Amino acid sequence: MSIKKFAVAVYDDEAVLFPAVKKVRGAGYKIHDVYTPFAVHGLDVALGEKESDLHIAGFIYGITGTCTALGFMGWIFTTDWPQNFGGKPHFPLPAFIPITFELTVLFAAVGMVLTFCYLNQIMPGVKKHIFHPRQTDDKFVLVIEVNENTAKETETFLKTTGAEETNIQVAEADWWFGRFDKREDYEIQEQLA
Amino acid sequence: MLNQEFKVPAKLKTTSLTLLAIGIVTLLAGVFTLLMSHDQMSQNRFWAVLLQNSVFFLLISLASVFILSATSLAQGAWIVSFRRIPEAIGSIVWVMAMIAGLVLLTIVWTNNHHIYKWLEDGYVVHNKLNALKNFFLNRNFFTIWTLIVLGLWSWFGIKLRQLSIKQDSDPKGSTKTYWLNFNYSAGFIFVFALSLASTIPWLWIMSLDAHWFSTMFSWYTFASSFVSGMSMIMLWILYTKRHGYLGHVNDEHIHDVGKFMFAFSIFWTYLWFSQFMLIWYANIPEETIYFKIRMHGPYKFFYWINIILNFVCPILILMPRPNKRNYFVVTLVAIIILTGHWIDFYQMVMPATVGENWHIGWFEIGIVCGFIGLIISLVSNKLTKAPLVPQNNPLLKETIIHIS
Repeated sequence: MSIKKFAVAVYDDEAVLFPAVKKVRGAGYKIHDVYTPFAVHGLDVALGEKESDLHIAGFIYGITGTCTALGFMGWIFTTDWPQNFGGKPHFPLPAFIPITFELTVLFAAVGMVLTFCYLNQIMPGVKKHIFHPRQTDDKFVLVIEVNENTAKETETFLKTTGAEETNIQVAEADWWFGRFDKREDYEIQEQLA
Repeated sequence: MLNQEFKVPAKLKTTSLTLLAIGIVTLLAGVFTLLMSHDQMSQNRFWAVLLQNSVFFLLISLASVFILSATSLAQGAWIVSFRRIPEAIGSIVWVMAMIAGLVLLTIVWTNNHHIYKWLEDGYVVHNKLNALKNFFLNRNFFTIWTLIVLGLWSWFGIKLRQLSIKQDSDPKGSTKTYWLNFNYSAGFIFVFALSLASTIPWLWIMSLDAHWFSTMFSWYTFASSFVSGMSMIMLWILYTKRHGYLGHVNDEHIHDVGKFMFAFSIFWTYLWFSQFMLIWYANIPEETIYFKIRMHGPYKFFYWINIILNFVCPILILMPRPNKRNYFVVTLVAIIILTGHWIDFYQMVMPATVGENWHIGWFEIGIVCGFIGLIISLVSNKLTKAPLVPQNNPLLKETIIHIS
């Protein structure tokens, strides 16, 4: 929960966005985030984002699924309620493989989706400030965090990078639960006052 | 950078010719010691080894034609940067087809019913379950279908390369040849579905155990040959790249081929396991006999090493992203996969032909060397015949700026 000041630049095309990102980073500004209407290939590299560790989490979830399935079935059919199915051994590994596989996939998939949502702060009911109404439609939005002293200068700089529109916004930097407008307006009014 | 003509390095030439010479000497020695001996098992060993190797190397070369057709149909750009390598491998399919055809038809027409037991009169008809196979398992059907299929495979392998080379001299921006290639690829996929993906492995390999049947067998063989074919393409890419060619092939392309090796190793396991589990669970004697000799009999070692090399190694080694981009690791895994699937073919062929008298001795290793030498010398020779980059391909730009 923190209200911060941002310099916002809006671009029309990804061909303009890429050189702009390069220029902004080259000038030493730290980019808060870039919002695009679709997944832009190579933007993560241009932004200098390090590779996600999501797949390691996925591997751990998968292994958990494997162990859960084998452990649970093994416990049931050898200890808790041993039964004879077609003369097979009490721990028939080949027969357990399909279910083990399914649980591995299920755990990995559900776990990774939830982790992904957590890392990206997207969940039903979670709200974030939208810097430009058309950032989910056809505009590319680049945001830099500023303070009182740097705001003017940053905005002037962003104008030189080919932005078709720039402005300064005071906004909530984190996510919050609840209705979109009410909470944010209240906080911002308080901050501005 | 983009106009490189491949020249065969002297070392590669010597190596391949040496391997080829070893193969020919082994073959001749095999004819005199194994084939001419009066011991039935030695004769069986001779033919079974030739059958296994000629079919294995034919199918892994054919995998290149398949990946070319599949990516042409999907208009995949990633393969264009090293397209000339699968093309070169595909255009030698006719040589491998001739060798395999010679071996198969000799076995069938010399009435060698110790290899194909169904050649013996009444062997198939005797059993009520197998009576329906009579239409399929007879000398004439075998010969005609084998010849048709080998001819079509060879023709398509040569044709796809011809079209791609023709495109180089087309006027700039012309897409006529590109769409022609598209249509021929569709034709090949149709042929492939009716041959390798369904009937041919039944006819050539599964019929060695004439009483046994598995509808999944062809897919299982296809997966085996495809993943080894991709590994062979990977080895060629890395070799040419190491010698200063294919500069535009970057980590992303290597990563893509690595993904194929990873994914199709799992696909192979999926098919292998599906075939095994249904038979294991149903426990019907005429089906389980196939696994009895492999799991509990003299082939126990091959049975387990097969799973370790073809499933455990690729899945664990290739799973992390950086490993699929590390040239050393992918080379290692490619060699593991090729060895593993050679062993897979070995355990498909040997139990029915030589039974418990299996060998991995001078003859087996010599013949493998011969085939490797043959493939290396033919493919490297083909690579010199055309520029390594398909100049006029409409997808060339897309492939060079390829990002995952």
